[in-house]
Amino acid sequence: MENRLAWYRRGMRDGIPIALGYFAVAFTLGIAAKNAGFTPVQAMVASLTNNASAGEYAAFSLVAAGASYWEVAVMTLVANARYLLMSCALSQKFAPGTPLIHRLVVGYDVTDEIFGICTARPGYLNPFYPYGAMSVAIPGWALGTLLGGVMGNILPARLVSALSVGLYGMFLAIIIPPARKDRVIAGLVAVSFAASFVISYLPALAAVSSGVKTIVLTVALSLAAAVLFPVGPERGGEQA
Amino acid sequence: MNIWLYILVMAAVTYLIRVTPLVLIRREIKSQLIRSFLYYVPYVTLAVMTFPAILEATQSPWSGLAALVAGILLAFFGRSLLQVAVFSCLVVLAAEFFLV
Repeated sequence: MENRLAWYRRGMRDGIPIALGYFAVAFTLGIAAKNAGFTPVQAMVASLTNNASAGEYAAFSLVAAGASYWEVAVMTLVANARYLLMSCALSQKFAPGTPLIHRLVVGYDVTDEIFGICTARPGYLNPFYPYGAMSVAIPGWALGTLLGGVMGNILPARLVSALSVGLYGMFLAIIIPPARKDRVIAGLVAVSFAASFVISYLPALAAVSSGVKTIVLTVALSLAAAVLFPVGPERGGEQA
Repeated sequence: MNIWLYILVMAAVTYLIRVTPLVLIRREIKSQLIRSFLYYVPYVTLAVMTFPAILEATQSPWSGLAALVAGILLAFFGRSLLQVAVFSCLVVLAAEFFLV
């Protein structure tokens, strides 16, 4: 029991900087949710049950465009596909004989950051370590979203405009550092920017929703990259 | 269309993505194609969602462009997620002080 408490506290300690970052970023997510027609409470519940920045943002923009439930499901699947790989890697970190309940609960909050601190722990993972991190990170994420949805209404347009790019800043912070180390990723990001730009402003494709464009481009470009530049086991298993 | 149903769909899909490998897959994925595909997906998705959308998120496309360039530079030089996000916002605030 003492061991569990020690791991839980260590997780909380490592989760505090994550929670602070989440709070700021989730604020802009709350604004995006409000723009998509969510009430602040609905936005908070979405964050509480999803814990996924890119996935939530993609879904919000689809809802704003009046997409069907199926489109939202597919978009959520594509935008969050990276968690599939992270969970695969994380499944190797559980000691043999770990009760199923721990896999079910840890699976609730496999985010870029919590996955990161968990894999940074050598040896088998004590599930109480992610539990500690989750217990501060999840409220930070949810309360940030709630406040974004509430304050977005009363903040001046200039401030909302500024906060709206916070999420894009976070996305850049996720994709650019690996692009610096890996030329294939750098090229892929550049091609993605270019393709997205062309498709967004091509008059012939004006009727296609932005969510569908994201799905099609993601599947096409990732598949092309996977065929042209297959990733060896030394890279594929541990990116965040 | 009901917002609560959208939230339910999002939550169910997201949880299944995360928990299925933890529960079912006890060994590594063998297919190099699938591994490579999943490896590249986040970069393409996030890049496609960022650009050119960032140009339309702000009151002026030029302030969005400034935030994009600043964010890329800061991330390139290893600033943290929080620093990149906050500084991108400040760049827009500063740029629109002159533009809008």
